[in-house]
Amino acid sequence: MIEHEYDVIVIGGGPAGLSAATRAVENGLKTLLLENREMLGGIPLQCVHTGFGIHCFKEDLTGGEFITRLIDRAVKNGVESMVKAHVLRVQVDSAYEKTVYAASPIGLLKTRAKAMVYAVGARERHSYEVGLTGDRPDGVYTAGEAQALMDIYGVLPGRRIVILGSGDVGLIMARRFALEKAEVKAVVEVLPYPGGLTRNIVQCLNDFNIPLYLGHMVLEVRGSGRVEKVVVARVGGDMKPVEGSEFELECDTVIVSAGLRPDVDILEKIGVETDPATGGPVVNEFYETSVPLVFAAGNALVINDLVDYDVEQGEAAATFASMLLEDYTTQRLKWRRVERGRNIRLIMPQLVSGTRDVVFYSRVQHPEDNVRVTIRETGFEKRFSRVKPAEMVRIRVNAEELAKVQGEKLTFEVVG
Amino acid sequence: MTRVLEYTCIVCPAGCLLRVEAEEARVLKVYGAACPRGVEYAKQEFSDPRRMVFTVVRVRNGEMPTVSVKTSRPIPKNKVFNLMRMLVSIELEAPVEIGEVILRNAYGADVITTRRVGKRKSSRA
Amino acid sequence: MAGETRVTIIGAGVIGASIARVLSMFENLQVYVLEENYDVGGTVSRANSSVIHPGHEEDPENQPLRARLCVEGNALWRKWCRELEVPVKWVGELMLFERSEEEKEAGKYVEWARKNNVAGVRIVRKEELFEMEGSVSRSVEGGVYAPTAGLISPFEAVIALIENAVDNGVKLLTETRVKSIITRNNVVAGVDTNRGFIETDIVINAAGLNADEVSHAAGVEPWFRIRPRKGEYIVFDRDAEPKPSLILHTMPTPVTKGVYALTTVHGNLMIGPTAEDLPYEFKGDTSTSLNGLDQLVKEAGRMLCGTPPRSKIIKFFAGLRPEPPEGKWLIKTYSQPYGFVNVAGIRSPGLTAAPAIANYVSSLLIEEYGLRLVEKTRWKPVRRRITPVEEMDYNTLDKHILENPDYGEIVCFCNNVSKAELLEAVERMRAIGVKTITFDGVKLRTTAGFGKCQASRCRIRIALLISEATGAPLHSVVMKKASIGVGGVKTLWTESKESAEND
Repeated sequence: MIEHEYDVIVIGGGPAGLSAATRAVENGLKTLLLENREMLGGIPLQCVHTGFGIHCFKEDLTGGEFITRLIDRAVKNGVESMVKAHVLRVQVDSAYEKTVYAASPIGLLKTRAKAMVYAVGARERHSYEVGLTGDRPDGVYTAGEAQALMDIYGVLPGRRIVILGSGDVGLIMARRFALEKAEVKAVVEVLPYPGGLTRNIVQCLNDFNIPLYLGHMVLEVRGSGRVEKVVVARVGGDMKPVEGSEFELECDTVIVSAGLRPDVDILEKIGVETDPATGGPVVNEFYETSVPLVFAAGNALVINDLVDYDVEQGEAAATFASMLLEDYTTQRLKWRRVERGRNIRLIMPQLVSGTRDVVFYSRVQHPEDNVRVTIRETGFEKRFSRVKPAEMVRIRVNAEELAKVQGEKLTFEVVG
Repeated sequence: MTRVLEYTCIVCPAGCLLRVEAEEARVLKVYGAACPRGVEYAKQEFSDPRRMVFTVVRVRNGEMPTVSVKTSRPIPKNKVFNLMRMLVSIELEAPVEIGEVILRNAYGADVITTRRVGKRKSSRA
Repeated sequence: MAGETRVTIIGAGVIGASIARVLSMFENLQVYVLEENYDVGGTVSRANSSVIHPGHEEDPENQPLRARLCVEGNALWRKWCRELEVPVKWVGELMLFERSEEEKEAGKYVEWARKNNVAGVRIVRKEELFEMEGSVSRSVEGGVYAPTAGLISPFEAVIALIENAVDNGVKLLTETRVKSIITRNNVVAGVDTNRGFIETDIVINAAGLNADEVSHAAGVEPWFRIRPRKGEYIVFDRDAEPKPSLILHTMPTPVTKGVYALTTVHGNLMIGPTAEDLPYEFKGDTSTSLNGLDQLVKEAGRMLCGTPPRSKIIKFFAGLRPEPPEGKWLIKTYSQPYGFVNVAGIRSPGLTAAPAIANYVSSLLIEEYGLRLVEKTRWKPVRRRITPVEEMDYNTLDKHILENPDYGEIVCFCNNVSKAELLEAVERMRAIGVKTITFDGVKLRTTAGFGKCQASRCRIRIALLISEATGAPLHSVVMKKASIGVGGVKTLWTESKESAEND
């Protein structure tokens, strides 16, 4: 058994974890980064398209370019990392003592750390979660899986594709398939509006004449060995299929692009409080979960749309970890709960003290134009010409404003 | 004879709906752009629509069998599939560095690698 | 029949595999098992309730064979599971009734238990029942408690049986489909398959859903038809509650044993089956439906004091039962053609009775065909399972890693399955004679891909392992029935280039 001690252990070597580890080392903390895949980088490794680093580097980089910079920066800063190291269990012995057990090819790792940054990312919703029924033939993949298959492992999943879900990942994959000469028969979206950005509808669907069925759902997949077809139906206002509207689309591949969920398995096992709205842990403005000195950042905390937010959150978590390791102030603070008002589907952090500026990350429930996002209790407001669920709303609120809140909660809401 | 065309701008996430008034081969006016880049986009899209191309190219003996690549600048939209066809015959030998030019001057752009691929470690004895 | 007798078993489901194991105990037999799929397990044995029944639900008057072999099988599995290291838990079951009128019906099963010699079966009511099993819905009046019920991992059982049989000299031929039974002077001479003619003295038909076709191919029992009865199941995530410690089920109907709510050997709440009779031609239909899902959630609500939310469902599948006419098993040797044995229509309690059926068949071979079966002096009863990292304490794991670093490389993150286990699964498939190593086969032998993410993270990397171990190109690795991809990422471009050149 390999036993060692660190100030902070970072779990996850994607954008959030790399950023947290780099910042932690910069702040003089003895840091170990654990990554369970064979290489550092996480999901951006498989992203051939741009949209990364717009805030961080003021450039529009591809996933690969972006993550190479983060990896190089981590290496240059002397971040100690291990790949193929998978966490089996975390044990919280006391506020300053966490023991992380991980399997790795060099032995069982028993790492003791004072603080932990949990940055393991998200998992994809799969076909059973979206209620897909019918046969269970081969040829059904989640969008991320298909992306890795093509753009890391060099395998073409199929020839005739139907994509379930019009979020950006699904749209990006539609274009990937089209460029590799596969026939994308349709993108099927249950809501009456697309999940992804309009620019992606243009450059991923319209450019390739790929049909988009809004207000439709895939009911069943059919096929005896491999996928042979899907049954699609229109949905009514109640989100239920309209009888008699069913039609079939012949295909050999179904891509399920039904969204991401923070992967909170390990946190749940140590009793961390989770937020059903984000699916991730409840955190305070220090990115600290309900377990002292256990921090979360990136997609494991909340599903971010820009990778730059993962970086921001990772760096913030590390900064606060080092701050709190030096002086644990949180117990002396009075916490106010952040509540979700009208048209706010989720918001993070969920607890604020009113003693420092806070950057809030939020998503709306449905699209609206010309609105103000407000804090009911203080009258704070910020204008937006358009808000939509696919785009995170990022708002900085300063300490003075937050200090105005007298009671136990502050409510964010969208006002017309 | 003036005609009116609609484009959705793809320059930034705002996705402004642009209306272009054009005559023959000339743009007269662009409505709906929230910024000058949108106006530029509309004019470009009208006269000479261009797109960036992002894909992968095959790699031999690498830790991965592919490397992601991009065009250095947007190429004519109607040449995208031509470029894709040219990339099929390229197979790089690992190690591959990031930022390597693997194809020069294809339809006005270079094709550059956007990831590095190390040499595959030989299998255990 | 002098010298070595050749026996060919058609079907590597739990029945065929059990018969193979028993016959492998004898000196003078050469046993072949033919399986049409890529891997063992068949359709029926893979997807069922996993219950080892006590035997009190078998009518001693109308189904005496089923009753006797069920009780025998229940006892035999205890020994077999130990010898073969098959995951099993002997938790007992409760057949629940909600209304006092049903209690009379329940009394019938207590009576059957007595007649069938099933120990410990009795009625329990309200407080005692809730004491026994806290997760039962409080609207339940009482239940029939049967302590000898157990839960097994059915596909691991078949795999273990075949591994043990092969270890003892049985030969498995996968991807081998029987086309016809060849006879000479009304005596079995062999079987004609898609891979050629196989000479044999005895044919044992354990072909599950297709057993009727095989029987007709031998020219016997033309009236015998198997009807597929579909049963849908839902499986919840391991962290979903409640997870009953005992097996719970609703009162049997004339058609089924009722709907079960149980915690599988792998620790997941499972509800099922529904019961839908399909037309004879639908033997391949294992599709699920929203109707089935709704039904199951409703039945769960009747038994449990709270069902987990639908968002916790990680798998929704269906299995098929091979229903024979009147539910009667057809286990019989024939004199015309001499050497053909039917073991057909083995619907519930088939899984439970399998070891007893195997013994019964071997006794039939002795009695009906006068076979002299000599027991091997060096028959190997023990087969070891693949040791999972998930069950190791950290010291043990550390030691394993030092000897073999592949134990430290976790590939399936949901269930902590290591590269060492996956490679061992591939090796074991090769060792028993599987020709095409599939992701599905590796999954069943290791539980990789059974977790929350349903293999969306590990499928590719396991396919890569299979590709490296077998030399098959990555895109051609078979998942269950089809390959993971249609070619390299540029395949369609290459194809179009070639066709352009040919124009």
